[in-house]
Amino acid sequence: MHELSIANNLLEAVQLEARNHPEARFTRLGVRIGELTAVDPEALTFCFQALVRGTAMETLAMEIEQVPRRQRCQQCGCEFRVVDYDVTCPTCGRADTECIAGTELELVYLEMEGP
Amino acid sequence: MTRLLLERKVLSENDRIAAELRAAFCQAGVLCLNLISSPGSGKTALLERTLENLPPEVRAAVLTGDIQTDNDAQRLRRFGFPVRQITTGGTCHLDARMIERALSNWKLDDFDLLFIENVGNLVCPAAYDLGEAAKIVLLSVTEGEDKPLKYPAIFFKAELLIINKLDLLPYTIFSLDVVRTNARRVHPGIEILEISCTTGQGLAGWQAWLEARRLAVRAQSTAPSG
Repeated sequence: MHELSIANNLLEAVQLEARNHPEARFTRLGVRIGELTAVDPEALTFCFQALVRGTAMETLAMEIEQVPRRQRCQQCGCEFRVVDYDVTCPTCGRADTECIAGTELELVYLEMEGP
Repeated sequence: MTRLLLERKVLSENDRIAAELRAAFCQAGVLCLNLISSPGSGKTALLERTLENLPPEVRAAVLTGDIQTDNDAQRLRRFGFPVRQITTGGTCHLDARMIERALSNWKLDDFDLLFIENVGNLVCPAAYDLGEAAKIVLLSVTEGEDKPLKYPAIFFKAELLIINKLDLLPYTIFSLDVVRTNARRVHPGIEILEISCTTGQGLAGWQAWLEARRLAVRAQSTAPSG
């Protein structure tokens, strides 16, 4: 249950950005979450809403993009989505593959209205 | 409506502090290891067995995290090495700032090995880089072989899986083969050691792993050997 810490980190990043736009009203926050981070989107949304309730950021909605785990085969270069933890290359059958997506935990964008 | 593109890591502040810690550990030739497991898998027991069997020239220190109490620090202090308890007061993991704060007024040059015993939890500690050279995940045979599949993040990030409480294997339906297969499905390159902190079985392999890593870090650093 580290979603509350992560929601707090997100809010701090938004507040930092807000200083550059003192007149703006922030409406939407884009977040990217990789499958391997074990961050639950529902729990993160719940925690974030709890943190902003009754504050100037109350109007801020969160949009979460979930990123599945992807691997690249070291041998043939094939890139594939990992289903059911199977990291073997679907093209050449080798297990020698590297993770290229799924570890993201990123603040992507912030939308605002006003000056 | 205006959209600001930010494209930055949520934990960038933690990662920045962790990078500073990692650079400081490297420079001082300190091997820092981050031990992660469920509560009760044997992190403290492993540290007890490790500290009591360290070669006499090795200078170790321990940071141990818990939500409450300094019981673990008390258990570990009797081996004569510096031990500091980090009481998180509710937080379910350690973060890099807690490590930075706990290390203040310790001189890294005085150490060869720094063990960080994380808060007992297989989920949250996986997300926080503490500047360690490697994460080590512990699992005991009373916990079930499907843990790597249920908590893939930590098994993916850990370099080493230590399976503890081998002495209890005859009393469980735990299969070492199944857990090895599950761990390698999530992380094909993960190293695996099997031990019992109670009987000492397999501890020689762990000590050899530790010694090899310690010497590798020592060889890369510029600090004088202690």
